[in-house]
Amino acid sequence: MTPARTLSTAGRVLTQIRHDPRTIVLLLVVPSLLIGLLAWVFSDTTVFDQVGPAMIALFPFIVMFLVTSIATLRERRTGTLERLLSMPLGKGDFILGYTLAFGLLAVAQAVIAVAFAVWVCGLEIQGSLVLLLAGAVADAVLGTALGLLASAFARTEFQVVQFMPLLVFPQILLGGIFLPRDQLPPVLQTISDWLPLSHAVDALRAVAADSQDAAYIAGELLIIGAWVVGCIALGSVTLRRRTP
Amino acid sequence: MPGPGPAVSPAAGAPPDDPSPAIRIDALHVRRGSTTALHGVSLTIPRRQLVGLIGPSGCGKTTLMRAIIGVQVVQSGTVTVLGQPAGSAGLRRRVGYVTQEASVYDDLTVRQNLRYFASVLGAPRSDIDRVLAATDLTCQAVSLVGALSGGQRSRVSLATALLGSPDLLVLDEPTVGLDPVLRVELWNLFHRLADAGTSLLVSSHVMDEAARCDRLVLMRDGAILADDTPRGLLTATATDDLEAAFLALIPRGSGSPGGPSASKPRGASTPAPPPEHHPGRHS
Repeated sequence: MTPARTLSTAGRVLTQIRHDPRTIVLLLVVPSLLIGLLAWVFSDTTVFDQVGPAMIALFPFIVMFLVTSIATLRERRTGTLERLLSMPLGKGDFILGYTLAFGLLAVAQAVIAVAFAVWVCGLEIQGSLVLLLAGAVADAVLGTALGLLASAFARTEFQVVQFMPLLVFPQILLGGIFLPRDQLPPVLQTISDWLPLSHAVDALRAVAADSQDAAYIAGELLIIGAWVVGCIALGSVTLRRRTP
Repeated sequence: MPGPGPAVSPAAGAPPDDPSPAIRIDALHVRRGSTTALHGVSLTIPRRQLVGLIGPSGCGKTTLMRAIIGVQVVQSGTVTVLGQPAGSAGLRRRVGYVTQEASVYDDLTVRQNLRYFASVLGAPRSDIDRVLAATDLTCQAVSLVGALSGGQRSRVSLATALLGSPDLLVLDEPTVGLDPVLRVELWNLFHRLADAGTSLLVSSHVMDEAARCDRLVLMRDGAILADDTPRGLLTATATDDLEAAFLALIPRGSGSPGGPSASKPRGASTPAPPPEHHPGRHS
């Protein structure tokens, strides 16, 4: 693994996306559109201030999961991954290259989503905007890492798209968006404690309400980071130079 | 590289007196799914020659090539490439591989593809213009690969394999879908590469391409039927064209107790596989 190969892989992924302007627009605009719709739906209530921070965690996560899982599945199916692995490219170069490229896009996406939520939709953020952004970026990177892992278990695009509800919906249900996590049945509460999205939602809510100190937020982000590292490590195990 | 015509640079890094063959395969068995793709193949490919791997589609050519590159899970047997076990880290820069489907990025331009693969290989930037010229793609360099014709896309894949001047090139049907003029040009390129010291294994199912090789390996049903020079094949089978030679070899190769090695042209160094490999095989 070398920085040069990792960076040129990230550069290559970004160049591919540059040739697809519609994807760029969708990536950058869709989360803001959905946040705007949510704010409009709940315009006469206080619900948006409660759910808004969770949405900032959710949308980048889902979008990055889909984009990354399909992009890497495409590499497996078109033979380019096999070619790369028969060349002196480290598995880490491949995975980190993708994480870097989509991580950068995730930053841009999160900046736009946060700015739109706060300045256009009037989302009340008591805490630091930088921490809110950090949380959103961590979620997007988490989506990228999970997407990389999921693509290893799918043979077709149809399958990989089904992984989205399988891996993402339970996290939404258990993440305290619909019902506060401490009101969940005990078993589900324990499961929810282990899921990364729960911590993402907790972190962003704490920033929005300014109810916890920075150390708490950092701890939550650390848990998400551990999930990212775990997914990337598992994902690199699934990249095999030899296939049947 | 300056000079008239598509430039060919000699294979770098090959010790000129390295006695090991380009490829040595011993008793290779491969299963793909529920079918046996290779039945105990043994084969030696010499260095600095243009060797054709000829056989009908589905006979195991691609599986054999994947085993040589080291991307195929094998059941038993050994594959040694340039003196090292196939797929070793030391070979990844020295072996170029072109799959049947062009494995390049459709959403990058030709030059962007080559630039990325060159950086992965650590090949110099000047290599990009050299391989573009060698594959006659200089005019398409700024086109998106997805917008090219099938033949042009497969040439981008070939150009990628030429980056870094590998010692061994394994090309899986590189001339499918190309017009006759381009086909002749590519075979000329393969000959120039072999003359410059590169070892080449090129698969094809077209017999008229076979005549252009220094040496031919005929395959059928996951086994080697013959391994000889084109002239040697004609002499051994008492035929006057390679198509007839191939046909003459088939009855001897399929089903007889001696198996595919019954034909004389097999190298003396490769012993006949034991007969237990053959029962249960459908031919």
